[in-house]
Order: sequence, then C-alpha cells, then structure tokens
Amino acid sequence: MKSHINVRNVVVALVALGLLLLPLYSAVTGNIFILTLFTRIVIFALAAASLNLIMGYGGMMSFGHAAYLGIGGYAVGILAYEGIGSGFIQWPVALAASALYALVIGALSLRTRGVYFIMITLAFAQMAYYIASGLSRYGGDDGLTIYKRSTFGGLIDLSNRVQFYYLCLFCLFGGVYLIWRIINSRFGMVVRGVRSNEQRMQAIGFHANRYRLVCFVISGTICGLAGALLANNTDFISPAGMYWTRSGELMVMVVFGGMGSLFGPVLGTIVFLLLEEVLSQFTEYWALIMGPLLLLIVLFARGGIMGVLGRFSRG
Amino acid sequence: MLVLVEQSLNGLQFGLLLFLLAAGLTLVFGIMDFVNLAHGSLYMMGAYFAATFVAWTNSFILGILLALGATLLLGIALEFIALRHLYGRDHLDQVLATFGLILFFNDAVRLIWGPAGLSLPLPAWLTVPVQIVPGVFYPAYRLSIIVVALAVAALLYIVVMRTRIGMLIRAGASNREMIGALGINIKLLFTLVFGLGAALAGLAGLMQAPILTVQIGMGENILILAFVIIVIGGIGSIRGAFMAAIFVGMIDTLGRAFLPDLLRMVLSSAAASTAAPALSSMLIYLLMAIVLVVRPEGLFPAAKR
Amino acid sequence: MVDSSGDPLLRVENLVRSFGGIKATDNLSLDILPGELHAIIGPNGAGKTTLISQLTGQLMPNSGAVHFAGRDVTRLPSYQRSRLGLARSFQITSLLPDFTAADNVALAAQAHDGHSFRFWGAARKEKHLRDAAQAALARVGLAQRGDVPVSELSHGEQRELELAVALATKPQLLLLDEPMAGLGVTESARMVALLKELRKEVTIVLVEHDMEAVFALADRITVLVYGRVIASGDPDAIRNNEEVKRAYLGEQHAVTSHG
Ligand SMILES: Nc1ncnc2c1ncn2[C@@H]1O[C@H](COP(=O)(O)OP(=O)(O)O)[C@@H](O)[C@H]1O
Ligand SMILES: [Mg+2]
Repeated sequence: MKSHINVRNVVVALVALGLLLLPLYSAVTGNIFILTLFTRIVIFALAAASLNLIMGYGGMMSFGHAAYLGIGGYAVGILAYEGIGSGFIQWPVALAASALYALVIGALSLRTRGVYFIMITLAFAQMAYYIASGLSRYGGDDGLTIYKRSTFGGLIDLSNRVQFYYLCLFCLFGGVYLIWRIINSRFGMVVRGVRSNEQRMQAIGFHANRYRLVCFVISGTICGLAGALLANNTDFISPAGMYWTRSGELMVMVVFGGMGSLFGPVLGTIVFLLLEEVLSQFTEYWALIMGPLLLLIVLFARGGIMGVLGRFSRG
Repeated sequence: MLVLVEQSLNGLQFGLLLFLLAAGLTLVFGIMDFVNLAHGSLYMMGAYFAATFVAWTNSFILGILLALGATLLLGIALEFIALRHLYGRDHLDQVLATFGLILFFNDAVRLIWGPAGLSLPLPAWLTVPVQIVPGVFYPAYRLSIIVVALAVAALLYIVVMRTRIGMLIRAGASNREMIGALGINIKLLFTLVFGLGAALAGLAGLMQAPILTVQIGMGENILILAFVIIVIGGIGSIRGAFMAAIFVGMIDTLGRAFLPDLLRMVLSSAAASTAAPALSSMLIYLLMAIVLVVRPEGLFPAAKR
Repeated sequence: MVDSSGDPLLRVENLVRSFGGIKATDNLSLDILPGELHAIIGPNGAGKTTLISQLTGQLMPNSGAVHFAGRDVTRLPSYQRSRLGLARSFQITSLLPDFTAADNVALAAQAHDGHSFRFWGAARKEKHLRDAAQAALARVGLAQRGDVPVSELSHGEQRELELAVALATKPQLLLLDEPMAGLGVTESARMVALLKELRKEVTIVLVEHDMEAVFALADRITVLVYGRVIASGDPDAIRNNEEVKRAYLGEQHAVTSHG
C-alpha cells in the first residue's frame, strides 16, 4: 500500500481544517468580510466539484454548467416570490428542476462528441439564459430580489452568517464525499472507463451513453444545490448569473485545481476567487493578470494545483 | 409590407456580418482544428480601432482601413505569441486559454479606452436614405454593409475555391497530413489564415460599430452566435457558414421585429416586450439543438473525417 | 469436439459493407460451428477486421444478416451482443490505459454481473469481481501483473490482457483479431499454447497472419480476398487449394505440410 501521508493530502487536510475553523477566525478578529467571501467560495467550490464529476471523471466537457446555478437559484427565488418560503419545498424543487433539465439536455447533447458537445451544452445554457431574461413576472433581465431566505422550520437560520456558512460547508463536504463514493463505485468505474476508451467499454457490454447520461444528471443536480445556496447567499437572482462566461469561470476553477482529482476543484475555486479578490484590491484591471495566467496554466501546468502538488509528493 | 422589406434587409445585413465573423472562425477551426473564443475579442478590437482611427484621421475611409490593418496585425501577433502553441492541444485547453484572452482583452480595452464605450459617427454621405425600389428607402450605410460584405464573401469564395492557396486551405480542412506531405510551410499558412480570420472579424466589428455602440463585451454575445452558425453549417465549411449566417441573421432580426406584436395577441403588452427578444434569441439556439440532434455533423459537413 | 451436425453457432448471410467505393465485405456468407476453432486468413486489406467488427457490432453492415445462437443480431449494438456471449479482441490493442490490468478485467466481469447502477459501495472491494479478474489474468499468464497500470505493461502483456478481458465476459464465441500481431517468437509460442487450451472451452474465430499458428490450431479455415470468401474448408483442403495458393499462400508463405 502507498502511504497516505504526502504533500497533496497534507495540503488538502489543512485546507479542509482551515475551512472548518474559518468562522472562529472571523469571530476572533472581527473580520466579517472573510466569512462572506468564503461562503461564496464554498458555494462555487461545490459547483466546480459537480462539474469536475462530468469533466474530470466522465470526460464530458460541458460548457453550460452555469445553467444549473441559475435553475437552482430561480427555483428558490420564484417560490419565495410566490410566497412559498420553506426550504423543504424550495430545495427539492431546485434539485428536481436541475435534474430534469440535465436529463433533457443531456439526452440530446450526448448524441454529439468532442467540440460539438462543448458547443451544444453552451447553446442550451444560453437558451436557459434567454428563458430567464424572458420571465417578465420575475424581473426579466433585471433579476429578482429574494426578500426572505429559505426557512427550515426553525432548524437552521440561513440569515445567520455562521449557520449559513456551515450549511454551505456541509453541502460542500457532503457533495465531495458523495462524489468520492460515486467515482469508486461500480457506476463510477464504468463512467471513468467510458472516458478512457468508449469502444472498449461498449465491446465488453456497457451501454456507454446510459451511464454518461446518469452521471450528467447527478452532476447537474449537485450544481442545482449550489444554485439554491447561491441565491440564498446573494438574496438575488438574475440571468446574468447564468451567462456563458460564468460557465467558463467554472471550467477554469476545475482546471486550476486539477481536473479529475477529487479535491482539486475546491482548491481551484479557492485560488481563483481569492486571486480575483486580491488582484482586484491592487488594480481594477485584475483580468489583465488573470487572463494571461490562465493561458500560462493551460500551456505549462496542465494538472493544475493538484498536479503540481502531486509532483512534490512523488519527488 | 414596407416594414417587412426593411426588416428583411436588416436581417440580411446582420446575417452577412455574422458570416464575416463566422467565416474566419470556421476556417481556423476547419484547418487548425482550433477553437478560438478570442475571435469575438478581435471583433471588438476592430470596432475600437475604427472608432479611434476615424477620430484621429478625421476620415471615415482612412480610419477604417487603418483599423482593418491594425486588427490583421493584432491577429497575426496573437497567433505568433500565444495561439500557435495550442494547436494540437485538446479543445478544452483551447477553450480555456482563449477564454483567458477574452478576460485580458476586455480589461485591456477598459484600461485604454475606459469603461464608457465609444461611438463611431457616420459621415454625412453615408446617412442619406437610398430609394431601393420605388417608395422603399433604406439607409445608405446599411446598404453599403450589405454590398461590402457580399463582395468580401464573393472574394473569399473565389480565394477558397479557385486559387492555389484556397486549394491548400480546403485540403487542410479535410486532410491535415496531406498539406504537410505537399511540403507546404504549414506554420506560415496557419498564420496567414489566422490573420485573414482576424481581419474578417475586425471588418465585421468595425462595420457594426456605427450601428451599435462600441463597448466592452460586444464580442461575446455575437461570438456565441458565430459558433452556433459554424456548428449549424458544419465546421470548416464556408458555404455552410454562409447559409447558416443568413438564416440566423434573419431569424434574429425578424424575430425581434415581429414577435412582440405576435405575442401581444396572447400576452399582456409588458410581458410580450420582455418575452419577445428572449424568444427570438432562444429560437436560434433551439435551431442549433435541432440541427445537432438530427445531423450531428452540421448541415454541410466540410469533410467526413 | 466440433459439432457439425446441429445448427451453427454463428451464421453470416450475404453480408455487404462498403466504404465509399470499396466493398470491404462483399456478399459474404459463413457458418461457425459450435466448438470449432475457425481461422480467417487473407492478405492485408482483405476485410478481416471489417468482418469481425460487423460480427461484434462496432460496424453495421449495409445489407445481409448475422445470426448468433439462433437470434438475429444484425442491428444489435455491440454492448448487447457482448451480453449474448460475443467477445472480441482488437487488432490494435484497445484497453483502458488509465487503469490497472486487474481493473480492465474486473470491469469486463462487472459488465456481466447484473447492472452497474450501484453508486455507493467500492467496486474494487467487491471480492467476486476481484476473483473473476484474477482468474482471467491467471489464465493468460498475468497473475502477477494485476496491479500494474496498462500503460506500463509491455506490448506482449497488453496483447495477453486483451484476451483476458474478452475471457472475463464469459463468451460463447471469441473473435480474436490477430492476437499475435507484434509478438516475439517466445510470446507467440505462449499465445499458441494458450489458444490450444482455450479452444477446448469456447468456440473461437481466429484472424491471424502467422500461418504456422493457423495451420496448427484451426479446425477449419476461411480465406478472404477483397471481401469475398475464395475458399473454406479444413486445413488440408486449404493448403492444396489452387486458387488459395495463387491468391495468397503461394506467393508469401511456404507452408510446410506438417503445419
Ligand atoms: N473506417 C474505414 N473507412 C474507410 N475504409 C476502410 C475503413 N476500414 C477499413 N477500410 C477499408 O476496407 C478494406 C478492408 O480493411 P480491413 O478490414 O482492415 O482489412 P484486414 O483486416 O483484412 O487487413 C481496406 O481496403 C480498408 O482500407
Ligand atoms: Mg485487420
């Protein structure tokens, strides 16, 4: 057996610990901003982890993942607007709507491969974007303010910063754990096998697309949860949040961290959003640095952060 | 009736602009197998260059020619510095790297020209309405866009179909090894094609500039439309791009013009005016989805690989 | 062992498949009997791989029919044919390169062990999958190599693994596309010995260029040229067939009479 103590795992453990203790730090130092920032980071990390499930393990390069953030968010926002404030209704609806959307567009998109798949997922997400812009009752282009966060019958108070943060963190850790179980299960082995060599998997008796589709739906559903969290975090939902550049950012987070590594997307999201935050404090023009950095990472550090850490682990 | 003629011409004009953008994209894609999201940035840069150079030189024509040259050079420089290292990489890498370039260009423009956006005023001789058929007037500028774009399309067709370099381009689109075997300097050919694509994108951007405001992010929406077009048309196919572009231009324009009235028959007025543009935009993506489902290789696949 | 009295296990009728202008399979008919080892030979480009692919479902024929165990499978996708008991190896090694040898075989066993919509338990810890994989690996002489990633196996080992993967699906009919391609002398000899064992258990269609191996192993031989069967029969008949000599054997292989 290989030793489990290596640079990579130590970093992951430290980051997880850091995330757990963050509210403590925030309370001691009185730094509320960092808690808000990290709530956002944790939510996006969940979205990135879900994208990694299909990109990294399933080989499906979806360029439309922001759609689920929007669908999950709109489910919460619309229900709240219509007077249904209970999270016990809002959240299952958010998950079900995301799953249904994933099922439909997945069934259609998976007929194509390669760059056509990238494009068709993008096109469907844009469609979702325009549908949202057309919802005049719910603010159209301008979006919809959510006046009251989801309620859970007094079990947990989402307006409480610390409670909300821990709920998000629970969802993230739960999501990553779920993904870990999935990728090592029978189902996960099949999905990864299909990514590795589809023809071979078909030849030994697997209906590749059926497994791909289920994986696609699971991923979309998890991302829909992130969408419900995000809507509660920003108290607002608008089509802009599902624009294609948002899907691009999610891809970047995954690749930053290391595609196909379990915790990579979490690290990638932390680094991406922190970098954005830090750079934008120095200069208004942070993308002047972020853009070329992305190019360099693609050119020279394909495994992302996890790949680099992995090199340390071996060396 | 008059409105229909006018809107159809608008649709044609928009479709031709889309074609200019899509042609470069589909050539680069077909030949280098390269997905270039930054193509929309070149469109934006064309518009910004035009607005700047026209203001500097005080001449519309001179400014536009300078802008065209500048976009061409920018495209070649971009290919030379960054993009050629991405040929042969998988599409995801290309998507991400050029996504980075979009971020870069947007902020570079904000830094240089500020966040407000520019306008490109037309010279007086281009603002007069022209009578195209008795009783139907159409703005001279829009008409000239149609003429210029058609001319460029025809030129492109001749270059691709009738010349040696076009032969190489077509050969490259269907069989990449073959042009290598012919002993052609592929690197040079790629740079050239990329420059050509950049110039076409720039041309589309600068021609659009007087109609819309010149602003950051203007290339992004239209880039996605261009991608939709090349996917519908079949990647690598100029003819497919042309047909699909006209089609998409028409749907988009006519949808925006007439859907509100149609929807008003079933919806309240306010709801209709929100829903109509959304619906007409959606129609395009719906069309693409249908094409991909029915014919995953596009309507006019350039070559069966 | 060969049962020539009853129905054939596989029946191919008037199969046609063309690529552009080329007819890679040209009105081809063929019977495979239960229990036999049936070799298919022919020059490069004769359409052997194309035929195998139509039998196992990677390619669809333009016309004609394929019956397997009494069932029309002509239009079935490959994964369904695998379920029915058709397994193949690929001429160009086709494995899961990011996985270990044992994973490759275990997945083949898993495909034939109920459905795989199980999302929770760790597949690598399922003992009967591991055991099945280990058995198939041992069968081809890779018992010690289970934990090695495919990309680190030698070419010869990868060819053996191809076979183990096919075996793990518990096939009724095994179609092997040039299993000895690229193997050295000792590796080839090992493969021949292995096939000699396997033929006792399973019906085999063997595409192979190594004539010595073919004549040593085959019950019957079919010769393909330009997608057509030019001869079919037992090894002696093929050896002495004038057309075969002219078209194929005569020019490139001096086949000795003791095989
Ligand atoms: N996918 C394909 N596309 C076009 N032609 C093909 C394809 N596959 C095989 N062929 C052609 O079909 C013929 C038979 O090929 P193949 O079955 O590979 O022959 P063999 O396995 O006997 O060497 C050859 O002429 C080959 O060029
Ligand atoms: Mg062959």
